Amino acid sequence: MASTMSSAAKRPSRLFRNLSAKIASVPMILTALVVFVGGTLWTVLYSFTNSRLLPRLKFVGLDQYERLWATPRWLVSIENLAIYGVLSLIFSLVIGFVLAALLDQKIRFEDTFRTIFLYPFALSFVVTGVVWQWLLNPDFGVQAVVRSLGWESFAFDPLYNSSIVIYGVLIAALWQGTGFVMCLMLAGLRGIDEDIWKAARVDGIPAWRTYLFIVLPMMRPVLITTLVIIAAGIVKVYDLVVAQTSGGPGIASEVPAKYVYDYMFFAQNLGQGFAASTMMLLSVAIIIVPWAYLEFGRRR
Amino acid sequence: MAMSQTLATDGPRGPKPRHTFSKRNIFIYGTLFVVAVYYLLPLYVMVVTSLKGMPEVRLGNIFSPPLEITFEPWVKAWATACTGLNCDGLSRGFWNSVRITVPSVILSIAIASVNGYALANWRFKGSELFFTILIIGAFIPYQVMLYPIVIILREIGLYGSLSGLVIVHSIFGMPILTLLFRNYFASLPEELFKAARVDGAGFWSIYLRIMLPMSVPIFVVAVILQITGIWNDFLFGVVYTRPETYPMTVQLNNIVNSVQGVKEYNVNMAATLLTGLVPLVVYFISGKLFVRGIAAGAVKG
Repeated sequence: MASTMSSAAKRPSRLFRNLSAKIASVPMILTALVVFVGGTLWTVLYSFTNSRLLPRLKFVGLDQYERLWATPRWLVSIENLAIYGVLSLIFSLVIGFVLAALLDQKIRFEDTFRTIFLYPFALSFVVTGVVWQWLLNPDFGVQAVVRSLGWESFAFDPLYNSSIVIYGVLIAALWQGTGFVMCLMLAGLRGIDEDIWKAARVDGIPAWRTYLFIVLPMMRPVLITTLVIIAAGIVKVYDLVVAQTSGGPGIASEVPAKYVYDYMFFAQNLGQGFAASTMMLLSVAIIIVPWAYLEFGRRR
Repeated sequence: MAMSQTLATDGPRGPKPRHTFSKRNIFIYGTLFVVAVYYLLPLYVMVVTSLKGMPEVRLGNIFSPPLEITFEPWVKAWATACTGLNCDGLSRGFWNSVRITVPSVILSIAIASVNGYALANWRFKGSELFFTILIIGAFIPYQVMLYPIVIILREIGLYGSLSGLVIVHSIFGMPILTLLFRNYFASLPEELFKAARVDGAGFWSIYLRIMLPMSVPIFVVAVILQITGIWNDFLFGVVYTRPETYPMTVQLNNIVNSVQGVKEYNVNMAATLLTGLVPLVVYFISGKLFVRGIAAGAVKG
């Protein structure tokens, strides 16, 4: 009786239980509720208004979205993001996996090779973009060098050719990011039991088939995580394009994130910016929700 | 079939497999070597271009080593290159970046480690919900939250200041760091925590006296993650600061992509190397910890 009394006196209300932990979590709670939930809802709400220089709550229905999808620059951005996204997903997964598999052959100098493949990942997209702008410069870069070797008609000038500029961006992005994918894949490969390999060898299965039909399916969790990380990064691509091409030539290498920034902070057309960022949110949701459902829904 | 049976039953017998120059090894090392050269080329080109004078850059090809080494581009990039009206080079951006990165790293890690500790050891009603929101928030494109944060910062009078940017970095570093710390603290033996509780230690004293000293490795990982991440940031820098307080990445972009004046590629490359230097040094010093950091931050995400 006495003990329950004293514990009741110590805990007057549920709210004050664990008080220090709650106080310590205030920044997290504020971030989660005010910035992440509040900010997202705010932007979605204001995407239905005709805000221009300043946000105003004057609703115009889906006008901003209709205008957005009628703007050529936005359509180019979406097309670029689709090409860039699909190709960088495929190439970074394939290259990352092949490099990881090569490094996993108990080779010498493994650390050296890994250090070399991963160092671009430590560099910013701005640095990456600027370097590749220089390397792909048609007058001095790769094209000029190949021509000076005697192949006069060689043409590779993605940064000045609007039909292939997005591939120039892709090359730079792959250089920067594949090392990271390789590291994730290598972690996945190392997590696979040695005995699987021994068993496959005993059964006389060639190595490439073991990789394709036994090891890869076993790496499913790592693959899915990698996929989600790459995909979330693709939607955010911004600094690389700004630094490497500034969206040019013309509007040929525009991406959605750049559209949002330019409309919000340069064109003073907030409504368009909000509508475009809401579309970005939607596209991420299309990727994330099924994954989260598969990953976490099943456990319950 | 017969082959595989002998392998299975006989154990190690027969001729020793040749190691050094088998076809397989040549293929593996050959491929790795070619790929390594490809990965290193941009760094090499950056270095050689930054050491040439402009006449030599215009004449030669980008891969040829400099005939006459000059450090002038480096001096110019650091001290006199122009962005807009400011002609004091990248040094301004460098110091801005230092003044942004140091407090951001400290603040974000302090907040996130306490969060992770509370989530791992002091769960309260709703704590998991906030954590879930935080993790989902990590996937929301930043563009969605850019403008609401502008409004918040303007309301508290920090828009355009370095402190404002520090807060922004702390906010967006929170999801991954909290996850990192939560998982780490949850992996520590619970008996330790319980024993401290029995001895009457409270929230903060357990954190400071027991958790902190035991989690130095994860703090190092977090510091590496944050230094490179914040130093390399461009978007937040360009949105939440003014030209006088631009971080290095933004200034680099402005120097390289400014439309007026003659393009000085050697100065550009020196500026690029200067900007990439801090994360590169962190990367080469930290070695395996860097890999652990990104893997820990990513795989569990």
